[in-house]
Amino acid sequence: MVVLNEILEKIEKGTQNVASITVNKHLELDLDLGTLLGVDLNILDKNSLDNDYLRNLTRDNVQLLFNKLWELPTDRVEEAIVVELPSPLFKLPRIKPVPKPKALTKWQQFAKEKGIQKKKKAKLTWDDQLKKWVPRFGFKKAKAEMDKNWVLEVPANAPFEDQFEKKITVKAERVAKNELQRLRNIAKSKDIKIPRFGILNPEKSTSKDLQTAITVAKSSTASVGKFQQKLPNEKEARGIATITPGVSRKRKLPPVSGDEKNTNLNILDSILHKRPKLDIEQAVSRRHNLTEAQKDNPEKRIRKGKGPGKGKMSSKPSKSKKPASGKGQRKGKGGGGGGRKRR
Amino acid sequence: MSVLQRVVKPTTRKGKKVLIRREPQIIEGPKRALFFRGRKCTEKVRQLLKDFYNLKKPDAITLSKKNDITIFENVTPVETFCKKYETALFMMGSHSKKRPDNLVVGRMFNYSLLDMFELYLENFESLKDFDSSKVLLGVKPCLIFNGPKWEETEELKQLKSLFIDFFHREEVSSIRLQGLEHALSFTVTDDEKILLRSYKIHMKKSGCRTPRVELEEIGPRVDFTLRRSKLPSEDLMKEACKKPKELKVTKKKNISKDGLGTTHGRIHIGKQQIDKLQTRKMKGLKKSSEERKKEKVAVKRTLSESNVNNVKRIKSL
Repeated sequence: MVVLNEILEKIEKGTQNVASITVNKHLELDLDLGTLLGVDLNILDKNSLDNDYLRNLTRDNVQLLFNKLWELPTDRVEEAIVVELPSPLFKLPRIKPVPKPKALTKWQQFAKEKGIQKKKKAKLTWDDQLKKWVPRFGFKKAKAEMDKNWVLEVPANAPFEDQFEKKITVKAERVAKNELQRLRNIAKSKDIKIPRFGILNPEKSTSKDLQTAITVAKSSTASVGKFQQKLPNEKEARGIATITPGVSRKRKLPPVSGDEKNTNLNILDSILHKRPKLDIEQAVSRRHNLTEAQKDNPEKRIRKGKGPGKGKMSSKPSKSKKPASGKGQRKGKGGGGGGRKRR
Repeated sequence: MSVLQRVVKPTTRKGKKVLIRREPQIIEGPKRALFFRGRKCTEKVRQLLKDFYNLKKPDAITLSKKNDITIFENVTPVETFCKKYETALFMMGSHSKKRPDNLVVGRMFNYSLLDMFELYLENFESLKDFDSSKVLLGVKPCLIFNGPKWEETEELKQLKSLFIDFFHREEVSSIRLQGLEHALSFTVTDDEKILLRSYKIHMKKSGCRTPRVELEEIGPRVDFTLRRSKLPSEDLMKEACKKPKELKVTKKKNISKDGLGTTHGRIHIGKQQIDKLQTRKMKGLKKSSEERKKEKVAVKRTLSESNVNNVKRIKSL
C-alpha cells in the first residue's frame, strides 16, 4: 500500500508541475519567436487594472512564450544551452533602402560584351635596365622611373623642347582623361544628362562639332546665354536642345500685345505678294553648268539661242521642247502685242 | 551609391572605410537610438530618457545639451542629428505649458522621418525607484503586448511596430535560454492609455523541462497617453519593409522529406534514344568503303540542295 501511495503522490505532483506552466487563454496569443514577441488580444479586466494584475498577465504571456521557446531544437555551445530561433515574422522597416547593384562602367560593359576577363598581374616586374624588381605602380614606382629616365633623347625635329616637361604634361593629361571618364561613368550610372563636350580633338572634329561647341559655350553663362551677341546669319546647332540649358526647339510665340496685328499683317503680306527667292549662288552655278553643257553640244546652242530664259534663271531642263506655233510670245518687230495689223 | 560612384573621392583609407560602412547593407545591424532634449525638460522626462538610454545602452547615444527643436513643426534638425550620429531611432523629451511632460519617439528611414509619436508622461517611476537587481547590459527582451486595442487603430498598430523596433535589439539566429531575463510589457487600456512595465524574469523549477516563470518589476514604470502622431505613407512603409532578394528563401524543387526525416529527391531524365545505342562492334556489320563513299555523296547532295533552296528563298525575298 505504501508503494501505491507513493506512486499516487508522484502522479499528483506531476499534474501539479504541468499545471504550474500551463496557462489558459480565451484567445490564443500571436507569438513571434524570432523577435521574442507575444501579442495578447484578450479583453482586459477593466476593474482591476493595477500593477499586480499587469504583472500576472505579463507572467502568463511570458510563460506561454517560454513554453514555445523550450520546444525549439536546442544546441550546446560552450556549456550553454542555446535554441535556434526561427526567422522573425513581424516585419520591421530597414534602416536604409535595399542596396542596388553597382552600375557597370563603360569599360566593364564593353569587357563583358566581348568576354574580356581581368588578368591577375604580378605586383613587381623585372626591369632589365635597372637590374632589379620594380613595382608596377604605387609606392617606389616614381623613384624607379626617375632612376631609369635620368636622361631623355631629344628628337631631331624639336631640339629645344623640354622632354621632361613634356613627359609631365602627357602624364597629367592621361590623369585628366581618366578623371573625365570616371565622372562620365558616375553621370551615366545616375542617369544624368551632361552637355556634350566641345571639341576634344581638333584634327578629327567637323564643322558640326564646332557649331555644337559654340552653342554650348554660349549657353554656359549665368544667364544661360541670353545676353550673348549673335553674328549675322548665325545658326544654332540642332539636336542639342536636351543637353544645353536655355535652348528649346519649340517655336516661341511673341507676347500678346499691340504688335500682334502688325505681325499678322506682315505674314499676310508676305503670303499675298510672294516673290520667288533669288539665290544668287545657285543661279550662278546653274548658269555655269548650262554654258558648259552648251559648249559640249553646239547644235543645241543655236536652237537655244532664241529659247526662253536668256539671262534669266530657268528651271526647265536644257532639252526642252520647241514652243508650238501660235503659242507664246513672238519676239518680232512689233512692239505691241497680238497680231494687230499696221497700217 | 557606392563609394567609387562619388564625385569627390575619399582622400584617406579610413575615410573610405567610414563611407563604405555607411552605405546600404543587405544585412543591417541593430538600430541605434539617439536621446536628446527639447527646449525645456522636467526632471521626470530627463530621468525617463536616462532610463531608456540605460535599457538600450550599447546601441544608444545621448546628447546633453538643450535643443531648440519643435519636431512636429520642423523635422530637419532631427534628421540632421540622426544623419550625423548614424541613428535610425530617436527619443526627444520636452516640456511646455501647452504640452507638459512630453516625449517624442520616432524612427528614420534613409535619414528621413518615417513615423513619430508624441506621448504624455502621466505617471512615471524610474529604474532607481525600484529596489531590485537589474538586468544585464544588452539582453534581448521578451516583448509582450496586452490589450485588443493594439490591433484596432492604425495609429496603435504603427506605435506597436515602433516599440518593437525600439526595444527588440537585434535579429538573432539563436539565443541562450538562461539569458532570457528581461520582459517588457505594453498594455493599452480601453481609454487608450499605454502602460509600460519592465520586469526581470526568474525561472523556477516546475518539474518539467520548461521552467515556471516568475516576474519581478525593475522599472521604469510609465503610463503614457498618445498626443500627436505622424504616420508614414503606405508607399514609404512598403519600401522601407522591402526584403532584399538575397535574403529571400527560395523553395528548392523536387526535394521532400518523409516522416522519418529522410530526404527524397526526384530526378528527371530525358527519353533514351535506343536507335543510336552503340552495340557491340563486329567486322561483319562494318560498312565497306563503297558504302561509305555513297553515304558521303548523299550527304553532300542534300547539303547543296538545301543551299540552293536557301539562295532561292533569299532571292524571292
